[in-house]
Amino acid sequence: MNFGLTEEQQMVQEMARNFAEKEIAPFIEEDEENHHYRREILTKMGELGLLGWSIPEEYGGNGMGWMEGVTALYEIAKVHTSWRLAISGNCWGPAMTINEWGTPEQKEKYIPGLVSGESVGSFAITEANSGSDVGSMKTFATDKGDHFVLNGSKMWISGGHTCDIGLVYAATTEGGGAKGLSCFIVDYNNTPGIERIPIHSKVGMWPAPTSELVFENAVIPKENLLGPLNKGFQICMWMLNNTRMGCATGSAALGAACLDGAVNYANERTQFGQPIGKFQMIQQQIAEMKLEDEAAKFLVYRAAWLKENKLPSQQATSIAKVFGCNCAVHGANMAMKIYGSYGYSTEYPCGRWLRDAKQFETLEGTSNIHMGIIAGIELGYQPNR
Amino acid sequence: MNIVVSLKQTFDTEAKIVLTGGKIDATGVNVVINPYDEFAIEEALKLKEKFGGEVTVVSVGGDKVEASIRTALAMGCDQGVLVNDPTLENVDEWAVAEILAKAVAQIPYDLILAGRIAVDDGSSQVAVRLADSLNLPSVSSILKLDIEGDKATVVREIDGGTETLELSIPAVLTAQKGLNEPRYPSMMGIMKAKKKELKVLTLADLGISAADVASKMSAPKFSLPTPRTAGKKMSGEPAEQAAELAKLLREEAKVI
Repeated sequence: MNFGLTEEQQMVQEMARNFAEKEIAPFIEEDEENHHYRREILTKMGELGLLGWSIPEEYGGNGMGWMEGVTALYEIAKVHTSWRLAISGNCWGPAMTINEWGTPEQKEKYIPGLVSGESVGSFAITEANSGSDVGSMKTFATDKGDHFVLNGSKMWISGGHTCDIGLVYAATTEGGGAKGLSCFIVDYNNTPGIERIPIHSKVGMWPAPTSELVFENAVIPKENLLGPLNKGFQICMWMLNNTRMGCATGSAALGAACLDGAVNYANERTQFGQPIGKFQMIQQQIAEMKLEDEAAKFLVYRAAWLKENKLPSQQATSIAKVFGCNCAVHGANMAMKIYGSYGYSTEYPCGRWLRDAKQFETLEGTSNIHMGIIAGIELGYQPNR
Repeated sequence: MNIVVSLKQTFDTEAKIVLTGGKIDATGVNVVINPYDEFAIEEALKLKEKFGGEVTVVSVGGDKVEASIRTALAMGCDQGVLVNDPTLENVDEWAVAEILAKAVAQIPYDLILAGRIAVDDGSSQVAVRLADSLNLPSVSSILKLDIEGDKATVVREIDGGTETLELSIPAVLTAQKGLNEPRYPSMMGIMKAKKKELKVLTLADLGISAADVASKMSAPKFSLPTPRTAGKKMSGEPAEQAAELAKLLREEAKVI
């Protein structure tokens, strides 16, 4: 057993940290205030290979896998949580799923652009009335012989109105539920009949675009069906088992950011003639944050290691995600208390941490759903994939 | 065009310096490529992109320095040479320059680049001494570099302005902030760096003995700046406070 990073992983970590500090950090305040999505950051990430994890080199992959991918995402998310989505939205979502389920033509056509950052990616599952119950989705793709016609709408789609290429899950069999879903590759720039509506009412993740998508007789070519017809649910769960690592890693990193901030503040802020870190009650808070920070990080690496070695990772991923969420929410809450009144000021990052942390409890499977997966596997009710 | 870049590994610029027994304690300190040397690396890579050839990174130091050379290789340099010898603790600038000169002499080069200063000891000596040892022209603190044939046109920083100089190459040039914006090592670059050659040499490999490069200078003691003390608060009537402040500024701070 080895808990250290390899020389390459250390270089990835240092590079990602430098990149985040120089290319992302200077824009945090401005982009938070304006809810502004800065696409050029994603483009730069692509150029530097930060979107090409576990992708064959013939399609532009960077030659590295899960351990390096989570290492990089962690450093980026620690600086600004919103930017973790670039890796999930381009690489671990569409690119990796097309690589697993796509035809050679689909792989060649779509993966290189998603990996290089030339295209922005997305994936669309959730609908206004279909969240955790994925099989209940109403968006329907009708088979018209040489093409499909897509009708319906999707909700809370990350990158929905800023993406070029996305995966869209839709029903293809009337009343088929989870067994009647299929997955489609959608070229948003060249498909009439899609309305993309930005959602501006989110509590947090302001520089990360989120959208409602409305499909009205959108024509999807036959060759854009990804994987077999009616296997969409299986593909979706396979994909989520990967993209959820973005949540697990991002939330662990957010917890770490809160801890770092709180430690600095506790060492600098003086009350009753000494730094507040000298007070036992502050120490209790710091210790609680550190416990969770350390555990969350190792759970992320454990799940990444299982994936890298192609071992069942579903339970480990859910554990890392639930624990990471708790670490982020608790960490942000503690940080705000330690910062005192300044923590409640928008001039300090505590508010952003808390707003951003809360998303993790909901997206890509609520904590309840993940607790269900963890228990279901533990009790032998479902296999650990 | 073959270029040699002289690299030094330094403490991270945000590192907290701790003295143990009067010596700088490196325990747990994050180390990086000297930021000015990164400008030299970037300039070498840009010239390589324009003219072809190879970029070799050369350094003197311990095992840890290999990581910094690997980073330079990941940025795009072609090979690395590290002179790592157990006798080389606390060597002075003259010795480092002599060793570098011997190492560089084994590599075909048209140009040698380095940072203008190392952010740790700030001596700005090694590159200039290296030029002297190799009998090459040298310009420090360059902000712009153009090469045409065997002629280099450089713009360097001088007090209150800049100066344009022409010189023949090979030469030793040191990079100032503003020369360029160093690139990040890409993920593909990090993967490629693994397969690039990093030669580790001892003094014997260079045909020199420890006595040949015995330092002429030593640093027996280091001290930290005096820590900042808490501010003073005036009390009393405004007029009294102003008088007190003026007195302190004159007698203690000695600024008026």
